[in-house]
Amino acid sequence: MKILTGNDLKSGAVTWWTGYDWSIHVEDAVDVGDEADAIAAREEGARRVNAPCAIDAERDAKGGVRPVHIKDRIRALGPTVRPDLTLKPADPEAGNWVI
Amino acid sequence: MYRYDHYDQAMVDSRVEEFRDQTRRRLEGMLSEDQFKPLRLQNGLYLQLHAYMLRVAIPYGTLSGAQMHALADIAGKYDRGYGHFTTRQNIQYNWIKLDEAPDLLADLARVEMHAIQTSGNCIRNISSDQYAGAIADEIIDPRPYAELLRQWSSFHPEFLALPRKFKIAVIASQTDRAAMKLHDIGIRMVRNDAGEIGAAFYVGGGMGRTPMIAPCIREFVPVDQLITYSEACLRVYNRYGRRDNKYKARIKILVHELGREKYTRQVEEEFAHLLTQGIEPPLAELKRIATFFADPPFETGLADDVDRSDPGFALWLDRNTLPHKQPGYAIAVISLKPVGGIPGDASVEQMHLMADLATRYSFDECRVTHAQNIVLPHVRKADLFAIWQQLEAAGLGAANLDTVEDIIACPGLDYCSLANARSIPVAQKISRRFSDTGKTAELGELKLKISGCINACGHHHAGHIGILGVDRKGTENYQLLLGGSEGDDTSLGKITGPGFDEDGIVDAVERATDVYLARRQEGERFLDTYRRVGIDAFKEAIYG
Repeated sequence: MKILTGNDLKSGAVTWWTGYDWSIHVEDAVDVGDEADAIAAREEGARRVNAPCAIDAERDAKGGVRPVHIKDRIRALGPTVRPDLTLKPADPEAGNWVI
Repeated sequence: MYRYDHYDQAMVDSRVEEFRDQTRRRLEGMLSEDQFKPLRLQNGLYLQLHAYMLRVAIPYGTLSGAQMHALADIAGKYDRGYGHFTTRQNIQYNWIKLDEAPDLLADLARVEMHAIQTSGNCIRNISSDQYAGAIADEIIDPRPYAELLRQWSSFHPEFLALPRKFKIAVIASQTDRAAMKLHDIGIRMVRNDAGEIGAAFYVGGGMGRTPMIAPCIREFVPVDQLITYSEACLRVYNRYGRRDNKYKARIKILVHELGREKYTRQVEEEFAHLLTQGIEPPLAELKRIATFFADPPFETGLADDVDRSDPGFALWLDRNTLPHKQPGYAIAVISLKPVGGIPGDASVEQMHLMADLATRYSFDECRVTHAQNIVLPHVRKADLFAIWQQLEAAGLGAANLDTVEDIIACPGLDYCSLANARSIPVAQKISRRFSDTGKTAELGELKLKISGCINACGHHHAGHIGILGVDRKGTENYQLLLGGSEGDDTSLGKITGPGFDEDGIVDAVERATDVYLARRQEGERFLDTYRRVGIDAFKEAIYG
């Protein structure tokens, strides 16, 4: 599957296209199929996202969305060396999801 | 320390207001990202893996206590409570919000700092010896010359759009502590037979995907022609450096392809022309700058004795302090490499403490090193124990300078959008491994450097042991290099063979150190043994 990601213009936070809005949680991302360019152009033009791009993703064992490349998984969670700064600071398994 | 004059302050203040307006226009949709990106990069604001990242220049690594306090305040007010000291005497903040960036830059400007020219194809922050003005082996303090170069290179209209970024280091000792020969221009201040001060120019060094050691193109440039000769070097590069291929655009490629003699001949021709143009600043300006770097009022008659009865302090004393040119004083190095920690990171509280220590014990001055540590350059030996106690209490007392635990590491894939593999976890595992096995002290001087991609921000080419992270079919993989050095005996490391996974590279490093321990001769460092016995003995042990 293809999912769309970018950064929030003002905060720089990593965001994911949910089908109607942007979320900081990758599990909210939807398959954009071949619509990525059109969505990206519209949303960037409206300043709802910065530097959007489509990436490859797959479903993990629990049915959640998991980017294929490790770089995108680190983007989705946060730095693996600072669990306290990730989106799931209380989840001891979060690092395993990345690696 | 240098203090801004009204020209410096006006330039920086006006740049902040200019960027404030540019940011407003971006947020209001009047500028697209394509239009805004070069503007924010000119002000050091990158968009990295997780957020905007701001790189702040620390000219030649020198900071006052007030400046270090300001860096701490910024980390608390605009970031997430910490900053990252880099391998080029900068500090980076990883979690900056675009709409707050102008206020951040205004806060920086209030303490005479900025982020200008910390990105883009321009002359970057001028780096220098972190022990300048304190160490006994220098012929002169290199920082006035670095400051002169900073002023010349700031907003230089001819050099804001070079073929590629450009890095200059200035030293004034026979011992190179700034990786001078691995810069686009390395300058060593020297004294000629007549006792006059001048500059030896090394041009065309660098790391990255094509590492090169800079050759010396001129052994003595009179000090009153320093800027003119620098301008000539840059002009020839700007004229002939490649702009068609970014991987071949650095000056090292030009010098290599032309050859040292041809490049030098062109520089000399340009230099002869420029001498007729009168572009050199008056010597009085250099003298004015030099007054800011006069020795602090050292006390005389101080004892050199230090009570070594506390074993932890004695260890730190032996490992993290260096002789000072002034009797009764020492240079103290604060390691930002706690066992299992993140190389170069410091919290708000730690930065405030280091600022306080600088003010109270080191004539209000500290230094940032390219090895990602902090220096208190002028400390009375009688104060060392009190300093160490405060560092220990703050988690800054690691006694590991220049050991296998004192690892240089780039941010790697945990933060950097260019990286292919994580650097920090590897550094953490290696420092824990050697701390656990208790081999660190036995190994002595061993410089280990890790980069998460071929751009080599972690200086892996120059490590006695270097590690390069690569992407192998979507998986992190680590290549091992041996035999690099960044000092007087600069050399480039050689890849040992196939790469390893994250745990495998830690084992490989330990096996390499075991070869050293088994085969070293009296007085040899790891690097000396490697050079004597050659790579094959190490490869045999590593790959078995």
